[in-house]
Amino acid sequence: MSDKKTHRVLVAKPGLDGHDRGAKVVARALRDAGMEVIYLGLHQTPEQIVQAAVDEDVDVVGLSILSGAHMTVFPRVVEMLEERGAGDIKVVGGGIIPEEDIEALEAAGVARLFTPGTPTTEIVDYIRSL
Amino acid sequence: MDPEEFDREKERWLRDTYGPASEREDQFVTVSSEQVEPLYGPGDVAGLEYGRDLGFPGEFPYTRGIRSNMYRGRLWTMRQFAGFGTARETNARYKFLLEHGQTGLSVAFDMPTIMGLDSDDPMSEGEVGRCGVAIDSVLDMQALFDGIPLARITTSMTTNAPASILLAFYLVTGERQGASFDEMGGTIQNDILKEYIAQKSWIFPPRPSLRIITDIMEFCGAEVPRWNTISISGYHIREAGSTAAQELAFTLADGIAYVQAGVEAGLDVDDFAPRLSFFFNAHIDFFEEVAKYRAARRIWARVMKERFGASKEESLLLRFHTQTAGCSLTAQQPETNIVRTAYEGLSAVMGGTQSLHTNSMDEVLALPSEKAAEIALRTQQIIAHETGVPNTIDPLAGSYFVEAMTDRMERECLAYFDEIEAEGGVLEAIEKGYFQRRIADAAYRYQMEIERGERVIVGVNRFEHADETIDIELLKIDPSVEAEQVSSLRKVRAERSKAQAEDSMVELKRRAEGTDNLMPAIIDCVRAHVTLGEIVGVMKEVFGEYKERPIY
Repeated sequence: MSDKKTHRVLVAKPGLDGHDRGAKVVARALRDAGMEVIYLGLHQTPEQIVQAAVDEDVDVVGLSILSGAHMTVFPRVVEMLEERGAGDIKVVGGGIIPEEDIEALEAAGVARLFTPGTPTTEIVDYIRSL
Repeated sequence: MDPEEFDREKERWLRDTYGPASEREDQFVTVSSEQVEPLYGPGDVAGLEYGRDLGFPGEFPYTRGIRSNMYRGRLWTMRQFAGFGTARETNARYKFLLEHGQTGLSVAFDMPTIMGLDSDDPMSEGEVGRCGVAIDSVLDMQALFDGIPLARITTSMTTNAPASILLAFYLVTGERQGASFDEMGGTIQNDILKEYIAQKSWIFPPRPSLRIITDIMEFCGAEVPRWNTISISGYHIREAGSTAAQELAFTLADGIAYVQAGVEAGLDVDDFAPRLSFFFNAHIDFFEEVAKYRAARRIWARVMKERFGASKEESLLLRFHTQTAGCSLTAQQPETNIVRTAYEGLSAVMGGTQSLHTNSMDEVLALPSEKAAEIALRTQQIIAHETGVPNTIDPLAGSYFVEAMTDRMERECLAYFDEIEAEGGVLEAIEKGYFQRRIADAAYRYQMEIERGERVIVGVNRFEHADETIDIELLKIDPSVEAEQVSSLRKVRAERSKAQAEDSMVELKRRAEGTDNLMPAIIDCVRAHVTLGEIVGVMKEVFGEYKERPIY
């Protein structure tokens, strides 16, 4: 992909988890890095996330989950994007995701997971590399 | 050496003795990015008057402690927050903790329970029992406290938007054990303002939420006198990224708003203020935290006396619980979190907390394992019984640094109060995103300090392991918990008296639409085995739901 492309990234928190400190810091870091960020906020259903991703024609969907519901939510979002013919939208995420679940999620189609301690620069660089 | 002479000598010392020596950093700041001087002395506390600003423990303005004998009379309550899976599993963890020396209970609910949803609600899928214990009906609450007499322990429940219902579950549980309402003691967090600001577990909009809170204050004042009706919280505001001064100011501003709401609802301040309590964070910057707690006591006592004209001593006391900072813990080298938690717990004790939760080392990764939970409890016991810190009251008083920091914390807090007033008060400020903006800015600044290497987090951006492997055993929530919970929920609905349940919900709706106190109606619903989600559903019909405009 060209360096000059402006990446459009949707940031959302699916499910009931309200801990949005990380999602907000990431959203701001992406914005400061010159990306277009659509911040959906809290309590989003997979349906709402996928609809917004398609409507906003984003390149990447970033999900933040600290509640332990990641094994249900991430695959659902990946699946629904596929069903909508938007399988080229990459799904990334972060939060509290045990090491052993990361493999399973990547196998289910999640592009990359960023766990606690990851610098925002790593996330920015990754998205730029897509 | 008097203060003026000290100031002159300090200038000389800075220029001639300290100046030529090198400094290892460009600046020395607290975790809140506040500048710290190389040295503090008499000049920094020149304005301090012992009687007016410090006083004696148990006497106005309570800077040195709210009780005359503090820990020489009674140690702080060791109250570890716990909950996971089903009520039965959590009951076992409570018994473990009580057997190992915990002195009060604290309930962590799962996300559906926090948000007022039943375990079989579509939004609950994947969430049941994962962040805490699943409670759908009074029968779950009975299982949670099976073999634990509610007349003999006190329990704190971290519930906000549906707190009225969880309180009703608890009271009816105690009733079914044979206890009367006035024998039961505990706390519900019930601090909805900070939900809009930081924790984000709201249901209804602000005004009906405040009505529910004043109903609880009125009901408990009369029927449950040992109950703390609000735990006015700064913990979550701090976890969301605020500075220490913001945590202090935003929490006390919320407290002022609740007192105002109570007064406007026609309650006498001395009837409900004694049962307000507070909940602060214990972050890693040791002295900043101690200063924060001392300033908090002094500010609150003065506000209650001078602004609200409270005349009972109990109305002036800032009683608080503290939790060590979850946001200070690392996923990397998790055993080092034991050390962080120990220092944080120590600062809370040196700051005079009434109650303390110390985090487990594995909490960045999962809910606490039994072993990690035990170490966390032992941390408090070592502070209590080995360090000597509780032997004397407010041991850091008189330290030039600590008194200067306490004064600075108070000044910054009062400046925030003025800003919030200028916004039109707390509710207006929430509407305008005043708090949310400042919290997001502070969180971002902190993260950038880390990424630029200006702020060291051991194990994360310095002293890292190249190949990090987690050696500790983590707690896993069995996915079958959700199916088990849903099945027992359906059984509760099937086995109750349909008529009793429906009648109680009709009466609740009638009260919600009017101004009669909601609590008796909620309690009747609970006795009829109406579920949490169903009761909340009735209230949603009348009060509506809150929707946030996100700011990042």
